[in-house]
Order: sequence, then structure tokens, then C-alpha cells
Amino acid sequence: MPAELVANVVIAGVLTGLVYGLMALGLSVIFGVVRVVNFAHGEMMTIAMYATTMLFAAHKVDPFVAVLPVAALFFVFGYALQKGFINPFITRPEHSQFMLLVAVAIIMVNALLMIFGPDARNVQVDYQLESFEIGKILIDKARLYAAGAAVLTAAALFVFFKKTLTGKAIRACADNYLGAKVVGLNVKHLYALTFGLGSICVAVAGCAMVLLVDVTPGLGPYYTLLAFVIVIVGGLGSMGGALLGGVLIGVSEALAGLFIVPSAKSMFSFGLLILVLLLRPQGLLGKKQT
Amino acid sequence: MTRAAVLLVVLVALLALLPWFVGAYALSVATLILYFAYTGQAWNVMMGFAGQLSLGHSLYVGVGAYVAGGIFFHWGIGPWAGLWLAIALCVLLGLVIGFLAFRFGISGVYFALLTIAFAEFTRIGFDHLGWTGGPGGMFLKVAQRDTWDIASFRGPPLMYYYSMLALAAGAFAVCHLLLRSKAGYYWQAIRENEDAAQALGINTFRWKMLAVAISAGMTAIAGVFFAFYYNNLFPEQIFNISRSIEIILGPIIGGLGTLFGPILGAAVLTLLSDGITELLIHFGWEIPGIKQVFYGVVLLAVVMFLPHGIWPALARRLRV
Amino acid sequence: MERRQFTKALAATAALAAVPYVRAQVQRLRVGVILPRSGYLSFIGHSCQKGADLAPEVIREMLGVDVELMNADFESNVDTARTRAERLIQEGANVLVGPFDSGAAAAIAQVAEQRGVPFVINIAAAPQITEQGYKFVFRNFQTAGDILRNGLALIGELFQATNTVPRSAVFMHVNDTFGQAMAKGISAFMPKMTQLPFKIVDTISYDPAAKDLTVEVSKAKAANADFLLYVCRLNDAIILRREMVKQRWNPMGIISPGSPGMYEEQYFKALGKLSEHSISNVPWYNPNAKLTRIVEKAFLKRNPNDKLVFHGLNAGFTFEAILIAADAFKRAKSTDPKTLAEAVRQTNITEKMTLGGPIKFNEKGQVEGIGSACVQNRNLVPTVVLPANAATAKPVFPVPEYKKA
Repeated sequence: MPAELVANVVIAGVLTGLVYGLMALGLSVIFGVVRVVNFAHGEMMTIAMYATTMLFAAHKVDPFVAVLPVAALFFVFGYALQKGFINPFITRPEHSQFMLLVAVAIIMVNALLMIFGPDARNVQVDYQLESFEIGKILIDKARLYAAGAAVLTAAALFVFFKKTLTGKAIRACADNYLGAKVVGLNVKHLYALTFGLGSICVAVAGCAMVLLVDVTPGLGPYYTLLAFVIVIVGGLGSMGGALLGGVLIGVSEALAGLFIVPSAKSMFSFGLLILVLLLRPQGLLGKKQT
Repeated sequence: MTRAAVLLVVLVALLALLPWFVGAYALSVATLILYFAYTGQAWNVMMGFAGQLSLGHSLYVGVGAYVAGGIFFHWGIGPWAGLWLAIALCVLLGLVIGFLAFRFGISGVYFALLTIAFAEFTRIGFDHLGWTGGPGGMFLKVAQRDTWDIASFRGPPLMYYYSMLALAAGAFAVCHLLLRSKAGYYWQAIRENEDAAQALGINTFRWKMLAVAISAGMTAIAGVFFAFYYNNLFPEQIFNISRSIEIILGPIIGGLGTLFGPILGAAVLTLLSDGITELLIHFGWEIPGIKQVFYGVVLLAVVMFLPHGIWPALARRLRV
Repeated sequence: MERRQFTKALAATAALAAVPYVRAQVQRLRVGVILPRSGYLSFIGHSCQKGADLAPEVIREMLGVDVELMNADFESNVDTARTRAERLIQEGANVLVGPFDSGAAAAIAQVAEQRGVPFVINIAAAPQITEQGYKFVFRNFQTAGDILRNGLALIGELFQATNTVPRSAVFMHVNDTFGQAMAKGISAFMPKMTQLPFKIVDTISYDPAAKDLTVEVSKAKAANADFLLYVCRLNDAIILRREMVKQRWNPMGIISPGSPGMYEEQYFKALGKLSEHSISNVPWYNPNAKLTRIVEKAFLKRNPNDKLVFHGLNAGFTFEAILIAADAFKRAKSTDPKTLAEAVRQTNITEKMTLGGPIKFNEKGQVEGIGSACVQNRNLVPTVVLPANAATAKPVFPVPEYKKA
């Protein structure tokens, strides 16, 4: 097997993995803090993707520019969703939360179908099918830019949580709910804020993803599952973990596809998930739950 | 006789006499309802009784179906022998998953995700398994019979209807007995507060494993039925996560942990789905996706306003 | 909304579902058309439906027979296919037509056989469906094996017509029912087809749900084959074509020995000029046949902004299925299902629009001798380039972008 083949595949795997990681980032932040099982996560990203295609169709807006209005919109949407809809469900048993969000997901997917029809939509920017050539290595431009967006967003989020007061407050809620309340933090508001932030990540991921994949209404469930796998593998509540998990999944699938049977490469993701759940349930970079 | 018992007898009598009143179409829908009532009841043992959320129950349906179907396809071995093998294998599978989960302290959402992972893993695995036909599917040899051939489980739709009715009724009876038994009380304790139960000296591991084993075994039977009723199996369809979700919709809507819940839930969902289709045809609203939006909205409403399911509210009304 | 109101509404909807749907019987043929009009097959379902919708009008002119369509959507779901079939029969369908998908076809076949109602399959390739000894199931479409054999033969013809001798091919296929059947067929047929000059140097299968085919294309490119032999579906075909551009892989051409995808409208819309020159060898309609022109006129009347050529396969075979039913009805002069089934069995239609010999069912209910065409994408339209008597253009192979690596 020629070396450049392996190199090309691994690089593509890393880049794709970073974009997956970006998508999972939002889930990790939400799940890590609010502890809500958001089974409509992939569907939310699908909506972001549609929003991006609409902006492109109307005004030829490049996805990386569209990300600003879409992310802002999603922040508001996420905040409202959490405060109004999901908050009452926090104390409910898990299966109730799950069913709520499954119902929401069903409505989202089919509303998209009703509005946009089953046609696949995409954006057609000029750099979309181009690649950078470094010797024998070909790097997909769109993928590289998307991965870059992922890293930037993760870094921004990291700075937010580590350095700002609000960020620290949110982490406090995640670490110790009761303690946070005792200290006088407005937990409801912080939860909603977190959901909003997570939604921003989803929006950015959507804008990036639309460069790589055509959007159809039924895209959601696949990405929801993928996001959960990555979050569990990488570690709950850990931003680096989400990216790491994404890269791991991306690379392992790529290598599995290369050396074994491409059609079975998803098996490895699920196998990895099972192993992590059994051996290190807090994930690779997550903290052990007390 | 208690009110519940009277209700039960009336229900069973109605269902037994149903074929005399309705046509073949309604009968096929009724068979489907009973199928979902049965699988819902089986799933309910694990979730409603022992509190373990399984989102990968399609695994047991699929394995049960493929095992019984496979040995019939390759060696002509009839469904009754296949049934025992299917149950044994699924129980084993359930115990493995249970062991891995409980020994390693996995619960709640993590357990649910574990079950999804196993189902998906198996789905892709079967897509590559030549013996079961891979993604091309397994087509069992169909034999049209107007008489009831119980031995090879072939006959008119009426036979399948009554078999499913017997299964659903049987599941009901078994669950009723289980709830009344020691197992039932231990499960309730574990469901309410596992740590406290353990502190009381209950071997929670053993009882949780029992719930998983029973649930898996019961679901395997549904798989065998599926194989011989539909006669063609595709990994992509039978192990699909949407099937797992279908199974749990009934009990959750109907009422988790109750006996009538899964049946009521299955009936409501199937009839609702059909009803919406009829309504849409009537109004001429042929927009793709609109039916599922209605469906989702109803689901949402039930989850929000009837959090314990329809049955508890209904039961209070009927004073059962 | 309060709980009480909600439960009442729920009860009302449940009651509505129990109301039976009664119709009066009239002497004309009622055809139950089962297609996937929602779900993942909805595109194709709508395409087939276009062929069904124009049928009653054309058939009335051609045969003087009155056909009433009863449309049902099985939502790309096998369970629903079964119940919908039961429903149609209960509502008085004399014959069933559909469904495009093999799984649904198998389910409906069982219902049709059980209830003794003839079922004419428009499109479904799984060979097992006509191997079950059914008496009421008929198929006017090629089995996967036939599709493949015809497809490979056409490849040989293509090379002859363009004077090319490719020595190697990389075979990529989607890992689903259809793709797997084709893959098996290829390993069985290739050794026997000695007139084909090429060998398959690598086989790569991939998940139909895959959104990213980087690894697969990298592998395929590394195989350094002359051309790509490809069994695909629509979405993955689009992804693959794009990936080929990104990885700068330009083989002599992309040839499908028989699969959907590259001739479908979405492929052209999504890829624009990148769709040019892809080849699919599939059952197709004869652009020069008399019936084709009649159907095309009816199609344009109903779909003025569309072209029949984008729905050729789907609409063509669906129309023919209904034609078969109507023709049998005309001969049987009765809507009694057994008589109808017998009449269908005696079908011998020579005036047809799809390629190949006359529509005649063998004892298994299968039509033999249905032809395939080599369809190449030219100027954003699927164009028949072989066989010569049905061609509207000459084949182009290798593609202009081909450069020897």
C-alpha cells in the first residue's frame, strides 16, 4: 500500500474528524452542563445547514460569512428552547426527556421535508472542489477551511469557559448543581445560556458541513447518533475531548475503510463506543463523575 | 372479580371475535397492533419494571428472526425448533450486554447508548454476513396454505392473527404474575432507588440480569413471528434504530410499568397513524411529511400533558 | 389544551380511523397503484406516479378501456406496503401495480397471492420474487441477473463501437440489496464473458448511507485502473463524482452495468457539467417507438416543465404495468380476479415502449427478453447511445478529461 495513499486518507480523516468534533462540541457542552439528552441535536444542525443554503441561494453568501447571522439566530433559538421548553423536563425521568426530544426531532425532520421537499440542497462555492497539492498529498480545500473553523470555535469556547466569569459560573453549575444554587447563581439562566452556546456550535458546524455534504431533511438522525458516539468517546463536558473524539472516529473509520472493508467502517465507531463505555465511561478526556 | 379482571376478559373476548366483524385489511392492522403490544410488553419488563432504558431492542427481534429464519432457510428446520434456539441466543445476548453494563456500572443514558451501539454494530455486521444473505436479505420460501399448519407456522392471515393474540395475552399474563412475585417487588425497589435497595441487601445485579434475560427472550419470540409472517428479512430494516423506537413508543405513550399500557399505546399509535392518513386523504393534503408532523405533535402532546401515559389517566376514569 | 380536551380529541381521531371507506362497484378496471410517495424512496415514487397518472388517458385511446387508478403510498416501509395492499384490495382494487422496492414487492406479493388478486410489478430486481411459485404475481422488469448480463454485454458493445480496449477496471459498489446482488453476479458472469477485454483489479464496497467517500475514492484511484465500473444509488453517485474531482482522478470513464443514480434528474442538477459522459446500462424505453411518442405527448401535457427522459425508466415501466393490466382486462372482459390473472398470463404485447422483445410472461410470471440500453449523460440529458437502432447520439469513450496517469 503506497505511503501517500495512507497519508492522504489519514489527513482527510483528521480534517473530517475535526468537523465532526465541532458538531459534537455543542452536544458536549449542553449534555455536560444541562444533562439533557438532546436527541434532536443532528436535526438542529440540519436546520442550520438549510439556513446556510437559503442565504447562499438568495444572496450568494459564503457559508463562512453566513455563519455570523446563523449562529446569532441559533443562540437565541437555543436559549428560548431551553428556557421555555426543556427546563420543565430536567427533573423528569430520562426516558421522558428522550421521548420529548424524539418527538421534537420527528417534527423538525418532517417540517423540513414539508418546507423544502426531499430534494438535496447544497452551496456551490468556487473552492468547493479544489484541493491544495503538497507533493503527492492532496488536501481538500473545503475540508481544511471547515476544520479550521472547528478549531477556532473550540478555542473560543475554551477561552470563554476558562477565563470569563460567566463561563466559570456555568462550569460551577455543571460540577455542583446544589453548590451553585447555594452560592446564588441563577442556574436557570445559566442553563439557557449554555444551551444557546451549544447551539452556536451547532450552527457553525452546520455552516461548515454544508460545504462537505448535501443537505436533505433526513440527515439529522445520522448526525445525532454520531455526535453521541463522539461525545462519549471524547468525554463529557470536555471541549478538547469532543475534538479528540471526532478526530479519533474520523481517523479510525478512514483506516478501517482503507485496510479492511469500507462498508463496515461504522462498525468500528460503535465498537469503539462500546469499549469506551465499558473501560472508561467518562471518556478519554472527561472527568470521573462522583 | 376486580374491575381490571372484568375489563381484561371483555377485551380478550372482543379481540377473539374480531375476525367475524372486520375485513382482511382491518385484521392485518390488528395483527400489527398486537405485534407492537407484545414487543412493547416485552420491552416494558426491562424498562417499566427494572428501570433499564433499552434503545436497541431491535437487536433481539433481528437476531431471533434471523436465527429461526436462517435454520429454516438453510436446513428446513421448522419454526418450533428455531424458536428455542432464538430464545436461547437472545437471552445469552441480553445477559452479555447486561453483564457488561451492570458490572461496569453503566446506567441511564449511557446504558441506552450502549444498547444502541450493540444494535447498530449487529446491523452492520449482518450486512456483511453471507450466511444470512447480507444486505440482499433473506427470503424464506413461502407456502400458501388455507389450512392452519401450526408445525411449520404457515397458514391464512387468520392464523397469524390468533397466534399474535395468544402471544400478547400470554405476555400480559406472564407480566402480571411477574409483578405479583418476589421479582416484581425487588424490581420496584431497584427502580425507585437502586442504592437503597442494595443497602437493604437485595442483589440488584442478579435481579436486573433477570429482567434483561426475560425481556430479551420474550422479544426473540416476536422476531421468530416476524420472520415467518413477513418471510423476508433485511438487516437494514430489522435492526434499524427506528424499529427500536417503534417498540418503545407504545409502552411510553400507553403507560410505563403498567400492564395495559403497552396494549393501549400500540392500539392508539397504530390507529392514530392510520386515522391521520385517512384524514389527509379526505382533505386531499398530499404534502410529504405532513403525516409525520401530526404524529410528532401528538407524541409531543402526550409526553408533555400525560407524562405517565394514557393508561393511568384512563384507569382512574374507569376506576380500575 | 387541558388533559381532558386532549384525551377527547384523541378518542375522536381513533373513532374516525374506524370508519370504513365504502365505494360502489362499476364495470371498469380498478388498478391499485402502490408506490413510495414519502420516505427515502419518495423521489422515485413520484417519478413512477407520473407514469401511472398519464396511463388512463393513453389507454382509453389505445384500447378503449376504462381504467381507474387507486393510489396508495407505502411510505418506503415494508409493513405499510402490506397493510396498504390489503386496504386497496378491500376497497375493490381488481389488480395491484407497483412498488419499485424489492422488499415491499415481496410483502405485497404475499398479500396478492393470499387474496388471489393479480399483482403486476413495475420495477423490482430481486430474483426471488418470481421464484416462489406464485400464481398471481407478474413482473415486467429484469431481474438483477438479467440487468447485469445485459449491462456487461453492452459494455462490450461500447468498446467495439468506440474502438477502445481498456484492460483494467476498478469495481465499486454500494453495499445494499441491489449492489450486493450485482457484485455476486459480476463474480459469476465475468469469467464467462470472454469477449470483454478487461479484468477487475480491485473491488470496493461502501455503505449506502456514507456521506464521505474519501477513503473509497483514494483506494480506487490507487488501483490505477483504466475505468470505473460502478454500481450505485443517486446520493452516493453524486458524492463520489465530486470526490473524484477533489482527488483529481480521471479514468477513461464511469460505467454502470445496471444501477440507478447517474441518469436521475438530481444527478444533473447537483453536478452540472460534471455529470457529463457518465454511462448507465439500464432497462430503458425506446426513444423511437411509436408508443413512446404517444406517452411523451401525454407526459408533456401533464408536466409541461419536465422531460420524460428524466423519468424514462420509472414512468415507462409503471405505465407498461398498467397497460398490461388493461390489456388483460380487455381480453378477459371481466374484473373477476382469477379470470384477470389468467388473462395476464396470456399477455402478448408487441406494441410497447420499453426496449426488448414482446411482453410475454413465462410460467414463473416473469417477462424474458427485456432489453437494456447504454445511456450516456450528454448535455445534461440521459441519451441512448446503444443499441444503434434506438440511439440518438454516438457514444463518447474515453471521456475528454482522461489522461493516462
